[in-house]
Amino acid sequence: MSLLQVRNLTKSFGGNMAVDDVSFDLSAGELLALIGPNGAGKSTTFNMVGGQLAASRGRVLFDGKDLLGMPSRRIARLGIGRTFQIAATFASLTVLENVQMALWSHHGKVFSFLRRASGQYRPQALALLEQVGMADQAGRPCSELAYGDVKRVELAMSLAGDPRLLLMDEPTAGMAPAERNALVGLVKKLVVERNMAVLFTEHSMDVVFAYADRVIVLARGQLIAQGSVEAVRSHPKVQEVYFGTGKTFMAAAPAAGAST
Amino acid sequence: MHLTGFIVQFLNGLAEASSLFLVAAGLSLIFGVSRIVNFAHGSLYMLGIYIAYTIVEQWGGSVAGFWASLAAAALIVGMLGALVEATLLRRIYQAPEMFQLLATFALVLIFNDLALWMWGPDDLLGPLAPGLSGSIQIFDRYIPAYDLALIFIGPLVLLGLWLLLNHSRWGTLIRAATQDREMLGALGVNQAWLFTGVFALGAFLAGLGGALQIPRQPASLMLDLSVIGDAFVVVVVGGMGSIPGAYLAALIIAELKALCIALGVVEIAGMAVAFPKLTLVVEFIFMAFVLIFRPWGLLGKPLGMVRQTSRPDAPLQPAGRGLRALALLLLLAFAALPLLSAAFPYAAVLAQDMLLAMLFAASLHFMMGLGGMPTFGHAAYFGIGAYCAALLFKSAGLGMSGSLLAAPVAAGLAAAVFGWFCIRLTGVYLAMLTLAFAQIIWSIVYQWDEVTGGSNGIVGIWPEAWLSGAAYFYFTLFVVAAAVLLLRHMAFTPFGYALRAVRDSALRADAIGIHVKGVQWAAFIIAGLFAGLAGALYVFSKGSTSPEVITVGKSVDGLVMVLLGGIQTLSGPLVGAMAFTALQDYFVGITEYWRALFGAVILLIVLAFPQGIAGFFKQLAGGGRSRA
Repeated sequence: MSLLQVRNLTKSFGGNMAVDDVSFDLSAGELLALIGPNGAGKSTTFNMVGGQLAASRGRVLFDGKDLLGMPSRRIARLGIGRTFQIAATFASLTVLENVQMALWSHHGKVFSFLRRASGQYRPQALALLEQVGMADQAGRPCSELAYGDVKRVELAMSLAGDPRLLLMDEPTAGMAPAERNALVGLVKKLVVERNMAVLFTEHSMDVVFAYADRVIVLARGQLIAQGSVEAVRSHPKVQEVYFGTGKTFMAAAPAAGAST
Repeated sequence: MHLTGFIVQFLNGLAEASSLFLVAAGLSLIFGVSRIVNFAHGSLYMLGIYIAYTIVEQWGGSVAGFWASLAAAALIVGMLGALVEATLLRRIYQAPEMFQLLATFALVLIFNDLALWMWGPDDLLGPLAPGLSGSIQIFDRYIPAYDLALIFIGPLVLLGLWLLLNHSRWGTLIRAATQDREMLGALGVNQAWLFTGVFALGAFLAGLGGALQIPRQPASLMLDLSVIGDAFVVVVVGGMGSIPGAYLAALIIAELKALCIALGVVEIAGMAVAFPKLTLVVEFIFMAFVLIFRPWGLLGKPLGMVRQTSRPDAPLQPAGRGLRALALLLLLAFAALPLLSAAFPYAAVLAQDMLLAMLFAASLHFMMGLGGMPTFGHAAYFGIGAYCAALLFKSAGLGMSGSLLAAPVAAGLAAAVFGWFCIRLTGVYLAMLTLAFAQIIWSIVYQWDEVTGGSNGIVGIWPEAWLSGAAYFYFTLFVVAAAVLLLRHMAFTPFGYALRAVRDSALRADAIGIHVKGVQWAAFIIAGLFAGLAGALYVFSKGSTSPEVITVGKSVDGLVMVLLGGIQTLSGPLVGAMAFTALQDYFVGITEYWRALFGAVILLIVLAFPQGIAGFFKQLAGGGRSRA
């Protein structure tokens, strides 16, 4: 059985079907890319799986447990890490404290009022920072970091809970091409080392085609293709969505298909 | 109660609604565009009455002269508003929200003393309006003709504002600025003039609201704070920035109050319920209900975005050797004071007040600074602590130690109940709900004569013999030092970090599994508990307590202490509390106009040292943070 099973996931905002009957699977040790043009419903799908947004219909099973309706912090505690399109870290804490905070939370120390925090889970936090290549900046405030580095810290934080599944919404948005490859390469390495499942969205096709094990394609809320990189790349519907059909300007274009 | 009584009270309510609306509309307009919660709005209203009083004395003989006087008074207040915006507020739009609040609070102090200087301390009652001085019979009762006129003025102003906002270019700009002022600036609109104009209009409305009260209400120095409380409630209930919402809210609140008066004392299930007593609190109860069910107010929308402009706090660091030495020195200095009582008999009394202020400010900082939860009602927990200690000691005969232990627990429990509602909100709305709860507590304490002694309070609560005199001072010193150190220590425990984490990014905190609301609730309770401890200690040091300890003014004092000292540091609230207590004491001694002097000092700090006293010295000492 797959680690994550998404079945008939649907979200409508008023009459607008942002995500329409989407189903897919994700297994441990797999790096799955979710791609699609702007407005395809990628972030909405992410937010429903992560619990930040309530679904209109469908099921999301993680290791057999239904995630829908569960508060997002409980989903996090099941072992699902998450990074955001606009990286979110704690600006007034240092890099090290950010990661320590994630560890304290994971180990149920949030409501610990008496023991001084700084020494707790410090080696583990440093080890995580080592993994993402941020150990040398451990003492800096997060507010001073370059954006690419903030994204690394965010990754380290989401790894603190020993996640079996990582949800990464545009992990490389706002990064330079070289940085992008480095970050996704790092994620790929973690997937193999930790036998972790990763679902990520990405606009850079180079990155997707270089690292993803499998790709699913959304367009206008519907899943139009899924499969290996090669299969998706040559899929006619995907090409239609990304490159257009050439029919857009014809007088009587057939209604079927999405033309962008 | 007859039907006619209800009708007359209903009409009274309509007249009150018009007055409330004028003040609230200006406040709402200013907030919508500048995002400044203008504490001085009530002062502008108060100045409106005073100025109108003076002009009416000159011109008010004829009908035309009377109304021209009111218009002139409103115009003068409007110009004063423009002046304030251009010289002061314009400099602090980029400052954190709480600093803007502090600056406008300084204006409250300055305007109050200005009025005292120009018009003296006595209430001034203006003449009746020529042509509208009679009463009109409604069934078997009479209602002043002026009140009936007032009923129509509110909707007329509403119509005028609506036309201005929806059918003029300037109005379109105001609405655009309310949604996204940076974008408007990027489009090339001169924001400076727009903001000055809006502030002048808002001040004009406040001044008009005040001037119109001339025949109904004497000009008094108490009006500023009482009016601002009502105006805040109306704006929050109606929805920040919504003008029709302000009218709707003013209408509902004025009618609720009128209804309470009309009902009188009613027998309900064998209990006599005095509804008129509820008038002091009904608006706050209503606001609490509205905020719980409609967090953005009746006609409000979630606030448009304001991009984060203030820099995030620097990471907190445990006290270094220098700070520890300084703290020890301070502790020794406090301890030495009673020994010097021969030379400075007053020093220990002042120091005692300082200590309690320090604990109060530190508890406030815990939720406001570390937790990012602003509150206008922290005095409630101080007051609950004070009254519980007094009641347990006097009525329940619990003894001093028992009362001192139980009172903070009671304050913590109250914080648990109120906090459960408050943590659902953020920012200004959260602050207003805390204010509502504080006002409810105040109103209960103020009116429940049999138990709390009403406005007289409770007297004769002195510590036991072994703790009298200097011993009680040392006891306070020990308890406050221990409590402050504990609060400080908590900032460095995982909970303290979680509190700051939740403040920095609730989204991220939630995504790593932190129970965001749970952390905020716990911080709320801890802050309430320690404020309650300060209150309990206060009662035994003064020997009495009165409703004054729960007023808005007391809560604002706490805010001033925290911001004065520097909200971004842990020692800030302590330094601020000491400076506040000492300055206030000193200024009261040297001049009648100590409030204005104090306001000037606050403005100086806001403009020149926005990081607060402690923050300023930290910057001087460090020159910058060392990198680990």
